[in-house]
Amino acid sequence: MTEPYRIQGETGAWEVVLGLEVHAQVISKAKLFSGSSTTFGAEANTQVSLVDAAMPGMLPVINRECVEQAVRTGLALKAQINLRSVFDRKNYFYADLPQGYQISQYKDPIVGEGELLLDLPDGSTKAVGIERLHLEQDAGKSMHDQHPQKSYIDLNRSGVALMEIVSKPDLSSPEEAGLYVKKLRSILRYVGTCDGNMQEGSMRADVNVSVRKPGDPLGTRCEIKNMNSVRFIQQAIEYEARRQIEILEGGGQIDQETRLFDTSRGETRSMRSKEDAHDYRYFPDPDLLPLVLEQARVDALGADLPELPDTKKARFISEYGLSAYDAAILVEERATADWYEQLAKGRDAKIAANWMITELFGALNKAGKDLSESPVSADNLGGLVDLIGDGTISGRIAKEVFAEMFETGKPAGEIVEEKGLKQVSDTGAIEGIIDEVLAENADKVEQYKGGKDKLFGFFVGQTMKKSQGKANPGMVNELLRKKLDG
Amino acid sequence: MSLDKATVASIANLARIKVPDDRLEAMVGDLNAILGFVEQLDEVDTTGVEPLASVTGHSLPQREDAVTDGGYQARVTANAPESVHGFYVVPKVVE
Repeated sequence: MTEPYRIQGETGAWEVVLGLEVHAQVISKAKLFSGSSTTFGAEANTQVSLVDAAMPGMLPVINRECVEQAVRTGLALKAQINLRSVFDRKNYFYADLPQGYQISQYKDPIVGEGELLLDLPDGSTKAVGIERLHLEQDAGKSMHDQHPQKSYIDLNRSGVALMEIVSKPDLSSPEEAGLYVKKLRSILRYVGTCDGNMQEGSMRADVNVSVRKPGDPLGTRCEIKNMNSVRFIQQAIEYEARRQIEILEGGGQIDQETRLFDTSRGETRSMRSKEDAHDYRYFPDPDLLPLVLEQARVDALGADLPELPDTKKARFISEYGLSAYDAAILVEERATADWYEQLAKGRDAKIAANWMITELFGALNKAGKDLSESPVSADNLGGLVDLIGDGTISGRIAKEVFAEMFETGKPAGEIVEEKGLKQVSDTGAIEGIIDEVLAENADKVEQYKGGKDKLFGFFVGQTMKKSQGKANPGMVNELLRKKLDG
Repeated sequence: MSLDKATVASIANLARIKVPDDRLEAMVGDLNAILGFVEQLDEVDTTGVEPLASVTGHSLPQREDAVTDGGYQARVTANAPESVHGFYVVPKVVE
């Protein structure tokens, strides 16, 4: 176990208590209650139906796929699926909300309590409770920078389906909050219910932050709204926790309020306009009957789910003998896990994992590329691992070959052939080189025999150098021992 | 249940309906009369009765996930008091 996260104040150590509300845009062709398109980036108001524009008399009709996406996500979070759920109107006024209310779910959400496992850096896991998941409409988009006195409104996003996923206040550090968002994104991508693209806003998070002395009851919380990167979430939590501690230690008290994170200044500030906005006057939407699901339909959706990250991780540990840490890295993205399995097939799976994580990810990172753009294919990296395995090349030469593969995309065998990098494992040839080295360094041989053991490494180095790195290092060691000590 | 003046003023504000002070008292009376009328339902014993969402017995109709609507920018902005480049234009609402 790692040390719990604490913030040191004037009066001692404080702990932070965090809960996250993540808004995840549902992958679907059409919107939650209308037949207009959800594609990102279209010309303003071209993907707006009369329902989305809230023209009088228009009626919402629910999109079956959006319901199923919410159920899939709920099942992936090992959550209770509520066979009966209700849509409510959440009433507030804003220019990009033409209805004057958002259709959401309040008392009876489609998904109830579940659980998500954080993969901690020390290889252990921590369970975080999921409170609920509900379906709701997204709002339109306001642009405030186009005109000095006016705001421009685009309703293309208005009515797109969102899943609001609410965690229990089980997170206790900025790091855990980051891991939570990453793990949730990983699960959503596995099941194909949200693309998790935070830059485009398809995943946004509100964070509830409170502080307390260890063992004390929960403190008053503040909600920081609408953040779209893990880094901002972590910065905002740290700033907000320190702000609250300062107030409490100064004898003040925390006002429960909604705050915004100012990314340029790195601080949170109060959204005064939201003061009475929490009075949403929810009531069941009279245009929509309760949503009733058949258990058989839920079961069928469950049966179609892919292998999820946690299951895959456990399998990678037991089947391939990987460490929990390596397995967690490899399963984060489904495509990465598939790539690895292609690579590991019929090979030493641990060596394969090391090459992929250390060398390949290192090189990709440096080149600013992701795995799908890798110049080295899984089969080619596998070819390299094979050449190490059968003794054709040494691990040291392999790194050289890998660099060349990454540069040119050529298979390992071809590069080894072209450059004559094959490892020399012929006893006679190696002995010949050793004899030369010993003859050239007769004085050092004397010193070695006189007790200067450390010189052994020097002889190994000289021999390897003379062979241009191609001599089999194990054999060099063995033969040198024989000649010097024998 | 009975509403006081402050509550009615607050509801009016939330609903963005302007109610002058001299109209508030009368509004309180009207709303309380409506609530009183509805409260007659409390006389019915509903122990063990499930809340009723609809009398038709229909279930929620569901649609296939297909793009069947939209694509008429001019139509949806036709009634807007102001629009530019296909956007609705409204008084500035930034925080």
